[in-house]
Amino acid sequence: MGVMPWSAARAAELIEQHRPQAGACLPILHALQEEFGHVPAEAVPLVAQALNLSRAEVHGVVSFYHDFRKTAPGRHVLKLCRAEACQAMGADALAAQVKARFGVDFHDTSADGKLTLEPVFCLGNCACGPAAMLDERILGRVDLTKVEFHLARHLADERQS
Amino acid sequence: MTRLFVPIDSTALSLDAEEVAEALALALKRQGAKAEIVRNGSRGLFWLEPLIEVETPAGRVGYGPVTPDDVPGLLAAGLLEGGEHKLRLGLVEEIPWLKRQQRLTFARCGIIDPLSLEDYEAHGGYRGLAKALTLEPAAIVDTVTASGLRGRGGAGFPTGIKWKTVLGAQADQKYIVCNADEGDSGTFADRMLLEGDPYGLIEGMTIAGLAVGATRGFVYIRSEYPHAFRTFKRAVANARDEGRLGTKILGSDFSFDIEVRLGAGAYICGEETSLLESLEGKRGVIRFKPPLPALQGLFGKPTVVNNLVTLSTVPFILAEGAEAYRDFGMGRSRGTLPVQLAGNVKRGGLVELAFGVTLDTLINDFGGGTASGRPLRAVQIGGPLGAYFPASLLDLPMDYEALAAKRGMLGHGGMVLFDDGVDLARQARFAMEFCAVESCGKCTPCRIGSTRGVEIMDRIIAGRDVEAQTALLRDLCEVMTDGSLCALGGLTPLPVLSALEHFPEDFKRPVAAAAE
Repeated sequence: MGVMPWSAARAAELIEQHRPQAGACLPILHALQEEFGHVPAEAVPLVAQALNLSRAEVHGVVSFYHDFRKTAPGRHVLKLCRAEACQAMGADALAAQVKARFGVDFHDTSADGKLTLEPVFCLGNCACGPAAMLDERILGRVDLTKVEFHLARHLADERQS
Repeated sequence: MTRLFVPIDSTALSLDAEEVAEALALALKRQGAKAEIVRNGSRGLFWLEPLIEVETPAGRVGYGPVTPDDVPGLLAAGLLEGGEHKLRLGLVEEIPWLKRQQRLTFARCGIIDPLSLEDYEAHGGYRGLAKALTLEPAAIVDTVTASGLRGRGGAGFPTGIKWKTVLGAQADQKYIVCNADEGDSGTFADRMLLEGDPYGLIEGMTIAGLAVGATRGFVYIRSEYPHAFRTFKRAVANARDEGRLGTKILGSDFSFDIEVRLGAGAYICGEETSLLESLEGKRGVIRFKPPLPALQGLFGKPTVVNNLVTLSTVPFILAEGAEAYRDFGMGRSRGTLPVQLAGNVKRGGLVELAFGVTLDTLINDFGGGTASGRPLRAVQIGGPLGAYFPASLLDLPMDYEALAAKRGMLGHGGMVLFDDGVDLARQARFAMEFCAVESCGKCTPCRIGSTRGVEIMDRIIAGRDVEAQTALLRDLCEVMTDGSLCALGGLTPLPVLSALEHFPEDFKRPVAAAAE
């Protein structure tokens, strides 16, 4: 997850790349978040100007969708499914364990900056719950050990690269 | 060359299918074996994933669930010839769980290489479009109407009637929008098709375009499905390269192209008018109806908005004829329904059967009961807005009207099982909490009612003034049902009231529970 530092020039490039699309706002915000790990506040007026919208309108879109972050996440993002199918397999207990183990709450990043924890409503892995997603790696029948194992592996990969 | 199949479906991947494929590729290379690994979708027998298959003269032999550690033993046991091994499942087509199904929409899923157009066509792909190209638009619409196909996204509106409205509308531009924002817990049929048979959707949308006179399509895929998004984008690019999308499709005068868009984590965008707002780059706030999207939809133009399963079913109907589809099912629920067995279930996965199969057959015969082995207490049908039914109602058939008669709904065909550890008062609270988090905020009953609903449930769970609070809860549910603009606020009372009706004991909390 290579996250780049804020660059107005780079943001302008990304905006211009997607601007010709009809209803370009979401594709632009996704592109910005992919590049910078979040949608920086500095980007909002740029998007507004490019799409001929008010800043309030763009801010309204950013804040409406759960995906768009206002601050950069930790080095890895763990999404835990909170939906009914996973609840039926102990998702709530797992969430409590993960929070305690890493000292984070939902929408929070661990003090060492390694892990951001986010709730998610359904990963479509409902027959093999509890389900989680670590970065883009989907995990089924998850327990705390499995989370720790995969996080350690992701951290090791990060050191190698 | 021997062909081996290792699924690349999300559920298989979540159970280490990638590691199995890597281990297999390494071991085959080391042996110098002449074998090719095909990455197929999943057949939906999820308790057996990763389920690997080998093509033999007798048919495809399956092994599962396979771990990377099993690979050397499997090869030593003669995997490439379908050799005996403790994980051997025999011919996959003969596994009763699969053999008993009636797969029309999912006929190719898990069998073909999802990105191979050649494989797609070898398994009946593009026969539906070829047929549609010989028909007048009205005749295509009539075929879909005659098939009895109803929207599989949940509302169950007749697809042919929706198409007819769009066909009859006059406009310089019309659109086909595929709602692939399957956000209901316990459902994964859309995801499986995107990952396992993407050309089926592309063909279905192309037929829809031809039928109503639309030349552009959008597929709105939820961001929680990154694998499905990537697979489908590649399929669209391939289809364009091979002349299946773009101008003069299959040598005809018809042009149609598809753009793939990513959602951003808002459940409400699965509601058709919110989805259109989102595609237009706005907050996913619900629109008043009328005007219907069929007349003023995306960018104000006539638009067909259909669920993914609906559109993916269209090629079969055109290829085999309306009767072939209509002959399945019961009452006004025609054809087949892909049921998704999920939650605390022993054998979870996808079961496609004609409408009318009972909950009991699905839960016990197919599902094998709970994964925990404890007694089944409740099953929620139709996603987070669906009713919780007790084990005593398992003789109900899967049918739009039959479930509605018991104050439930079919939704997208998801079934979530719970064992006796479930607390239905907490599930009712969750339903309200979910609505509060996901409400678009446009109408008061949904936006404020759900927050008040959470507070009421907190008081009930704490054992405070339970009788009065329960009466208040019923009152609130009535306001939400009657006063909400869309299904989110309007149906949230369904799980809440069904929990109260069928599991009243969970709502009678002793005052002592207040210390909890």
